[in-house]
This record gives sequence, structure tokens and C-alpha cells, in this order.
Amino acid sequence: MTPDSAKQLQKLGYECAIETGAGAAAGFSDATYEAAGVEVIKTAAALWKASDIVAKVRQPDATELKRLTKTKTLISFFNPAGNEDGMEAAKAKGANVIAMEMVPRISRAQKMDALSSMANIAGYRAVIEAGNNFGRFFTGQITAAGKVPPAKVLVVGAGVAGLAAIGTSTSLGAITLAFDVRPEVAEQVESMGAEFVYLDFEEEQQDGAATGGYASVSSPEFREAQLAKFRELAPEVDIVITTALIPNREAPELWTEDMVAAMKPGSVIVDLAAEKGGNCKLTVMDEKIVTDNGVTIIGYTDFPSRMAAQASTLYATNIRHMMTDLTPEKDGQINHDMEDDVIRGATVTHQGEITFPPPPPKVQAIAAKPKEVVPELTPEEKKAQEAAAFKAATKQQVTLLAVGGGLILLAGLFAPASFMQHFIVFVLACFVGFQVIWGVAHSLHTPLMAVTNAISSIIILGALMQIGSSSALVIILAALSVFMAGINIFGGFLVTRRMLAMFQKS
Amino acid sequence: MEFGFTTAAYVVAAVLFILSLGGLSGQESAKRAVWYGIVGMALAVFATLVGPGSGLWLLSLLLIAGGGMIGTYVAKKVQMTEMPQLVAAMHSLVGLAAVFVGLIAHFELGNVLAMSEEARHHLDGFAALLAHKTPVEQSILRVELFLGVFIGAVTFTGSVVAYGKLAGKVSSAATKLPGGHMLNASAAVISAIALIWYCNTGGLLPLIVMTLAALFIGYHLIMGIGGADMPVVVSMLNSYSGWAAAAIGFSLGNDLLIVVGALVGSSGAILSYIMCKAMNRSFVSVILGGFGGTAGPQMEVEGEQVAIDGDGVATALEEADSVIIIPGYGMAVAQAQQNVAELTRRLRAKGKTVRFAIHPVAGRLPGHMNVLLAEAKVPYDIVMEMDEINEDFPDTDVAIVIGSNDIVNPAAQEDPNSPIAGMPVLECWKAKQVFVSKRGQGTGYSGIENPLFFKENTRMFYGDAKASLDQLLTLIQ
Repeated sequence: MTPDSAKQLQKLGYECAIETGAGAAAGFSDATYEAAGVEVIKTAAALWKASDIVAKVRQPDATELKRLTKTKTLISFFNPAGNEDGMEAAKAKGANVIAMEMVPRISRAQKMDALSSMANIAGYRAVIEAGNNFGRFFTGQITAAGKVPPAKVLVVGAGVAGLAAIGTSTSLGAITLAFDVRPEVAEQVESMGAEFVYLDFEEEQQDGAATGGYASVSSPEFREAQLAKFRELAPEVDIVITTALIPNREAPELWTEDMVAAMKPGSVIVDLAAEKGGNCKLTVMDEKIVTDNGVTIIGYTDFPSRMAAQASTLYATNIRHMMTDLTPEKDGQINHDMEDDVIRGATVTHQGEITFPPPPPKVQAIAAKPKEVVPELTPEEKKAQEAAAFKAATKQQVTLLAVGGGLILLAGLFAPASFMQHFIVFVLACFVGFQVIWGVAHSLHTPLMAVTNAISSIIILGALMQIGSSSALVIILAALSVFMAGINIFGGFLVTRRMLAMFQKS
Repeated sequence: MEFGFTTAAYVVAAVLFILSLGGLSGQESAKRAVWYGIVGMALAVFATLVGPGSGLWLLSLLLIAGGGMIGTYVAKKVQMTEMPQLVAAMHSLVGLAAVFVGLIAHFELGNVLAMSEEARHHLDGFAALLAHKTPVEQSILRVELFLGVFIGAVTFTGSVVAYGKLAGKVSSAATKLPGGHMLNASAAVISAIALIWYCNTGGLLPLIVMTLAALFIGYHLIMGIGGADMPVVVSMLNSYSGWAAAAIGFSLGNDLLIVVGALVGSSGAILSYIMCKAMNRSFVSVILGGFGGTAGPQMEVEGEQVAIDGDGVATALEEADSVIIIPGYGMAVAQAQQNVAELTRRLRAKGKTVRFAIHPVAGRLPGHMNVLLAEAKVPYDIVMEMDEINEDFPDTDVAIVIGSNDIVNPAAQEDPNSPIAGMPVLECWKAKQVFVSKRGQGTGYSGIENPLFFKENTRMFYGDAKASLDQLLTLIQ
């Protein structure tokens, strides 16, 4: 709780209390709290007794758990997956416990996602710590005293911490490389100004969005390809920041001892996964060690505490948002709505029941799944399809032919021979016409129309054949037809020629 | 000369005509193909003149020459943008000629039947042919010439209306008389009754009744079809003029007429089919006019149209490597093809890839855009069909839409309720940037809102296409 967030909490109808000196490390004195209307209580025990809702950072210890009662709600990091005893204890006491790390990763809950807040700090601080232990500039410079090459930073794992580290490192001027098992984050990495390290590896890469935005375990082959790439990079990079964590598992080993050995003296490794065993096996939790070849390995796990002011502000805001969601009425009464995805997901014990693990959230997480790709057809399927299409076409054609042929035969039965002679010519001409016209180029459709126009004036023959008649009316009509057809013949052919002459190759 | 010579000449002419159509498969061979057509026509006319039945040579030649002079004059004068009108006008002439020739055949038949047995033996040519016909053949002949006149009459008025619409002399909107298709249907029924009547009596009256009915059908049918469907209409009329010639050929017993009529008829039919397919509409729905009923409310278009000035377009063009230009009817209306060509030349001179994407129904005539671009000396090998170029849009920096609307409407793919849903369109919105040169904010011919104009990567370059391009040309040297 910060003085600012305390004011917000009071607006929700709560009274706030804090242990003496709790804000000292973050630069908030008791006086500022009191000024914000917060009651400062001398001991933690008294504080526990006085409050209905207790918000803290670290996982509660056994004594603290004993202080829980039926009416109390604890909001804290709880590590429910590795803290069976804690949950049992809380259950026995009948208290409601909300574990901040269990806040589901959905857009609505981002404001209370303390893990992201802490990861953000850790990522930033990791670069600062590395810089602190790295003997050179981050940026490349050309000075009067000679040329300084830029530092090369490799960030492994582009989650929140990784991205924060990338951002910090690039803004300090280092050449930043980044790797993640989820290829879809390449875009985010590149947007932060780092270069994404691609593997030469063909595999159905799993989609991070399906696992709630977290990485999951990769195949041995993939791991091999990944390690080979790292081995290649190890001699080049000056600073390695590993952030690879898989939820509820030991951290994967990504930076092996031989890679450490291959690194230049003076290089720094910051292992943000130290708490879960480290991405590098040489990492010692909460300590900084220097290897025989002069590589510094930092295994701190308390990065947020090292930036207490920032961490407190962010965490206080996360807690405040959580409280806002818990008190929709703003009346200072907790409404523990187990239907709410966020609250349900974060609650580990509720009214004497263990409610961990939570059911999957109703609202699906983060990015939408990419659309299902239509599966490629196998050659057999293609063949089968083609065969089916061919059969259908044959069937259609045969039916048409049969019907058409039947009709013609029928006509032949009744029509006189002289008609049939002409009819044969007609049908054949239609066929020729269809065959020929399909070949005409799209771009020549206008000339085609003009030329068919011209030749359809062949009707002039009909007029010419009869113009010699004895009837005056016939002669007049025939003459008119000849005249009009004449216009058409010349006009049609000439305009076609004019158009065709314009078509030129470049 | 003997009848044999005429027939031989006809065979040669028919082959030449087929070659002349077949030659249109490529730009180069097409230039040769026209000459086949011209020679074929000359041969056919010559053979008929020297053949049996004709007379009044001098008059015939004079008339042909007179008509030819007018035709030549028109062909030389016509603007390429006016090509649709010209084609429609010429169709109407063929239709009218078919009506007249059909009527002539009717009169001849009457004359011959009125003659005595002896007199008939002295006849020659067409009259002789008639004289030898049996009663069954005579009624078939009546049906044939009846059909010829019917199709000819429909073609005539239809083409006149199409001409009026294309030339802007008649409103291009789809208008129908009260009664709509019922009027057409009743006119068709009247024609059918007239046919039976005519077969039984052989009198002139049913023929005239039918002619009037057919003239009405042609008029009313085409009046009911909107401007955007004109490519289909024009090719359909082209087809009709062919079938009319074929029907007359049957009644005159002239094989060359039948062959050519069938060629032209099938050519027009295929063109109509291609056009309909390009608009994803059935032939029937085009003929019945207007756009078909929609299945539900159209998708709401969100966003706003963002305008851009000439400088912005010029800068984007300077930076672009690949440009695709999509011309439409608006380019033809504004006579902007020369400016488009000039722009293309300048951009190409700078080493940019410039291509044209032509939708099959762009413009008011099949292939209309190709002809306009060719006139402006745009090389035809950078003018692409829809299928050739549609996949290239995602790799294109700038797409310029000049005066087209429905053929670039993404609603055809995105909105199943759109009246044009499923119509193949040019996917220009996949280009990195799209500029739309357009007169104003209105909708296109079909009256459908175009979501393309509201897309984020679309900028509207308002103004007359020609003026806009003029402005661009001053900025791009």
C-alpha cells in the first residue's frame, strides 16, 4: 500500500492500516501514511488482529497463517501449486485467500496482474545489475580515446520480464538479441528494437496463446537445436539474461556449463529463473558468483525489493484494482463473487474450501487462435477429387449429348430432309463457334465484338439475293437492308483494325 | 454463273470467317485475322452478286458503297471511349436488316404461292427455291422467318435502347413500365399466338403484330437493365444479332448465313457467360434486371473516408516500388486514359513496376479497358487479367483505383448479405496503400456502399479522374 493507493482504497469505503516502518524501504514514511489517513499500527500481530483484509507481498509463513480467521481475507503471493500446507492451514481456518500470482491472464485482469508488474521490474533491474557488473559501456562509441564496441546482450525468453529487459538494454544502446520458443513473439521482440534469433528448426511449433500466453515444455529435438544456437552465440555475447520459466515446473536448463566456459572473461549472466533452479546450472540462488574464467553469474531473486519504491507503487496499484473488483458497491464490504473469472481464478481458499486449481476462465486468454488452416490434401485425395470431378464432367457432358442428340433425332423424324441439311450445318457451326471463341484473349473482347458485328452483316446476302425481285416493296426493303449492312461491314472491320493496331508490346 | 461456284465461294468464306475469329486468340495474330474476315466478306458478297437471284447490280453496289462510306466515316471518327455505343448501334442495324430480310422472304413466298404452276417453272434463285417447297417445308419456312423477324426486332429496339443508355441519352438506371415483366411475358405470349396464326393463314397481319410485340420486348427488356450490367447486355445483343442471321439463313436456305449466324451467336453467348460469371450472377437475373434480393441487412460500414491531396499521392508513388492501377468506367468517362498512360510511362522510367489490373466487367463493354489503354499506348503485356494479378496485391506498395467501384468492393468477399456477395473482385485492399480517384462520396452504379473506401490503408483522392491525374503529372516528373 502506498499513500496514493490508500486514498483510493478509502474511496471504496475501507479503512486502511499499516505496520510501522512498512513503507520505509520504498521511501514512504509513516508520517506520509498518516497524512493520507492511514492508521499506523505498531506490530504486525496487532495489525493482523485489527484488519479484515490483509494484503502483503511474500507468501505467508506458518505464524501468519495461524492468525487467519473465518472473517479474514488474505491477498498475497501464495504459490498455491507448491504450498499445500499453506492452503490446508488457510482452509482449516476458513479464511479466504487470494493468490496474486493466480490472477488469470486476460485483458480485463491486466491491471491486477502483479506477476507482470514484478516481471517488468525484474527485467529492467536485470539489465541494470548486469551493467553494474559489466566492465564496459553498453553503447558503441568512437571517442578520441579509441573505439568502444557496443555490448551484445542476449535475452532468453521474451515474456514480460524478457521484453522489459530488451527494452532497457536497447535503450542503453546495446545490440540486443532475443530468443523465445514461441515464434509468434518475434514481432514483439522486433518492435522493441531487438533482433529475434531464429532457429533452423522445422517443427509444428506450439502456439503460446493456447497455454495462456506462457511457454510450455518443448521437444528434445527442439531443445537440441536451441542449445546448438546458444552455443554458437556464447562466445559473441557479453551479457546473457535468461528469463525462461515454465509454470509450475523447474526452470529449463538453457545455458549450460560449456557455454559459460565459452564466454569471454568479464561477461555477465543474469539468471532471472534462479528461484526455480535457474536456467544456468551454475547459478546460485540469491548470490552473485564469478566463475573461473571470469564470468559473473547473478542469481538474485529479489529484484523487486531492490527497486522497492517502484515495486511498491506497482504492487499497491495491483492490489487496489483487485480491491476495486472485490467491492463493486464501493461500500467497504467485500463481495467475493466466485462467478467472476478473475476473482475465481485468483482465489485459492474460499469459505473453508480449497478452490485451487481454478477452472479454465470463461473468457479466452490473450490473442485469438490463428484460424484453422485448411489441411493440405494428400496426393491420393487430390487424385480422388480430380477423378470425381472428371466423372461429374463426363456425366454432365454425356447427359447433354444424349438429350441434344435425342432432340435432333426427334426433329429429324418430322422435319423434311432439306431442313435437316441446313440444320446439320447450323449445329456444326455452333460447335466450331464455341470452340473458337473460348480461345479468344480477354483483352480482345471488344475487337471480337466489333468483328462479329461486321460479319453478322452477312445478312446482306439475304437482301442481295432478293433485290432483283419484281415487287417494288421487296426492292425497297432489300435496298435498305443492303445499305445498313454496308455501313456495318465497313464500320465493323475498320474499327476492329483501328483497335488492333493500337495494341502494342512494350 | 452456276450455283456451284456460289456454294464453293461460301465454303471458302465460311472458313475465312472461322479463321478470323480464331485469330483473335492473340494480339499479333489478330491483326492478320481481320484481313481474313474482310476477304471472306468480299468473297461472299461477290459470289452472291454473280450468283442466281440477284439483280440491280448497280443499285446494290451503289448502296454498299454508300453504306461503306458512312461506316468508314464513323469508324474513323469514333472515340475509343464511345466504342460501346458504336457496337450497340451497329447491332441495331443488323437487327433491323434481319427484320427487313424476313419480311422480304414473306412477300416472296406470297408472290410465289400466288403464281400459277407454269409461271413457277420460269422462276430462278430464291423464288425458284420457294416454288419447289412442299407444304410442310413451307410451314417450316414460315416458322424460320418468323423467328428471324422476332429476334431481329428484339435486337433492333434493344440495341437502340442500349445505345441510348451507353451514350447517356437515356437514363442508365433500370426503369420499368408498371407491370414489369408481366408486360414482357404477355408480349411474348402475343408473339406465340401470332406464330400459330401466321402458320395457319400465312397472312401479313400476324407477322406485323408479332413484330410490334417483339419491338416492345426489346425496348422494355433493356430499359429494365441497369448501367452496370451493360457488358452483359451488349454481348447478349451481339449473340441475338447472330441468331437472327442464322434464322434468316434457314428461311433463305443459305448455308453461309447459317454458319456465320451460328458463329456470331455462340460468340455472343460465350461473352455473356464470361461477363455473368465475372459478376457472379446468373444470366437470368441480369436479364430480369436490377440486383437480386438480399438475404439480410448489409454489413454496417465503419470508419470514415480519409481524403488525400495530390502531393500525398505523388510522394507515395515516388516511394513505391510496385504499383498496380485498376481502371474502371470512371476513367473512360473522364477520358483520362492518356494521362494514366503518361503517368505509367513516367513511373516506369523511374524503374518502378507498374501494372494494370483489369476486371472482366470493368467498363461497359467486354474488354473495354484494354482497348482504352491500348489507345493510350500502354503496352499490353503490363495489362493483366484479374486472375493473373489478384495474388500480387499483398506484395504491392500502391494500388490506384481510377473510376472503378463495384469491381474492387471487399463486401463481395466479406459480407454474405451484400448484393454482390461472391462476385470475384480485385483484392486491391491487400496492397500496402490504396488510392481511390473518385468524383465524390457517392456509391457506384449498383448503389452499394464500398467498404474499401473506409479501410485504414485507403486514401480518397477526390476529383475528376482526368484533373486529378493532371495534377499528379505536374508533381511527378
